[in-house]
Amino acid sequence: MASEELTASGYIKHHLTNLTYGQHADGHWGFAHSAAEASEMGFWAIHVDTMFWSILLGGLLMFIFSRAAKSATAGTPNGLVNFAEWVIDFVDDNVKSTFHGNTPIVAPMVLTIFIWVLAMNLMDLVPVDWIPHLATMFGIHFMKVVPTTDPNATMGMSLTVFFLVLFYSIKVKGIGGFVGELTLQPFSAKFPFSIILLPINLFLEGVALLAKPVSLGLRLFGNLYAGEMIFILIALMYGGGIIAATSGGLLQLAWAIFHILVVVLQAFIFMVLTIVYLNMAHEHH
Amino acid sequence: MNINATLIGQSIAFLFFVWFCMKFVWPPITGAMAERKKKIAEGLEAAERGMQSQELAQEKVQLQLTEAKQQASEIINQAQKRANEIVEEAKGTAVQEGERIKTAAHSDIEKEINKAKEQLRSQVSALAVAGAERVLNKEINADAHKAVLDELAAQI
Repeated sequence: MASEELTASGYIKHHLTNLTYGQHADGHWGFAHSAAEASEMGFWAIHVDTMFWSILLGGLLMFIFSRAAKSATAGTPNGLVNFAEWVIDFVDDNVKSTFHGNTPIVAPMVLTIFIWVLAMNLMDLVPVDWIPHLATMFGIHFMKVVPTTDPNATMGMSLTVFFLVLFYSIKVKGIGGFVGELTLQPFSAKFPFSIILLPINLFLEGVALLAKPVSLGLRLFGNLYAGEMIFILIALMYGGGIIAATSGGLLQLAWAIFHILVVVLQAFIFMVLTIVYLNMAHEHH
Repeated sequence: MNINATLIGQSIAFLFFVWFCMKFVWPPITGAMAERKKKIAEGLEAAERGMQSQELAQEKVQLQLTEAKQQASEIINQAQKRANEIVEEAKGTAVQEGERIKTAAHSDIEKEINKAKEQLRSQVSALAVAGAERVLNKEINADAHKAVLDELAAQI
């Protein structure tokens, strides 16, 4: 493992491996010591770093917002409450302009998505080596600090949203309405011919339906993963002498500034698409 | 970059945060915001009402002011009229009083004149008697000639 860190590809690989806890090939449970070992663990393994950072950030946000909620009054709001109200107002505006149903879970869920994804994305701006290096000093060999560069985190959210979409589709339209929506369009015909069109429609609509959670989760993951990758590549330049290191520093600054846009934009897109999908679940076609 | 149980863990964490947000964050803050909105709207409405009532009060004040002015001028007019009347009355009384005093003086003078005349008559008659006495050198019986003397005196 020490030799892995000396080469460029080893460095990159090291940065892209999660701290995985699972069952080793020989049967005992423990942390994986390499990327290969981690992938051998199969489905019943867990990325401890992803869980840790996402729950830490989410907990922190919930703590901050619940404190703001406690001191929120009809009087003049103070700094923290003002900030919370500004965020909530922004989310509420977005929900109200797109979502026309009457489901109380949507707005709080969208708020959670926005602030949580934003916070997780912002971890990308922490220089790539700081926290992993600190972790290494404590004997933890792998540490990915940006949970949204782990597809498990983004897909976890998008699949939850997807199940809610399914739930509300069936709740609002009934099973018949939902199945009808999947099988009777986009091609429609009079009764005997509609039987022939049924499988075609089901295939097209099924793909469209499944594409929603997959694209929702992978879009966020892909953007953040690519951003992280570029930070890692820039970080490689620090080892290449004074000129490379200086230009690397400048590049890192430039990319970080540009990346702020991506960070906020992706959180916003995830939020807006969630609203759109949930609105589609509530509307009859 | 493996898909594993983290997916389930993240879903659970996500649902927990959504639940927490739905229970402890969203309702109090949006509630406070709605309440503040209501309060501001109420405040604006109250201000509007206050302005209206102020306008109304001003109108009322204006009305009362003109009324009071009218009343005051009426009172002044009445007072002036009354004063004129009093002056006129006083003048009349004074003229009457003067007239009365004048009449009384006249009658007094008349009386004095009559008294003086009476005295004069009696003195004249006495003088006449004395003169006649002197002229006749003879005592005349006053009683016997009284009728003559009285006639004489009346002629004077």
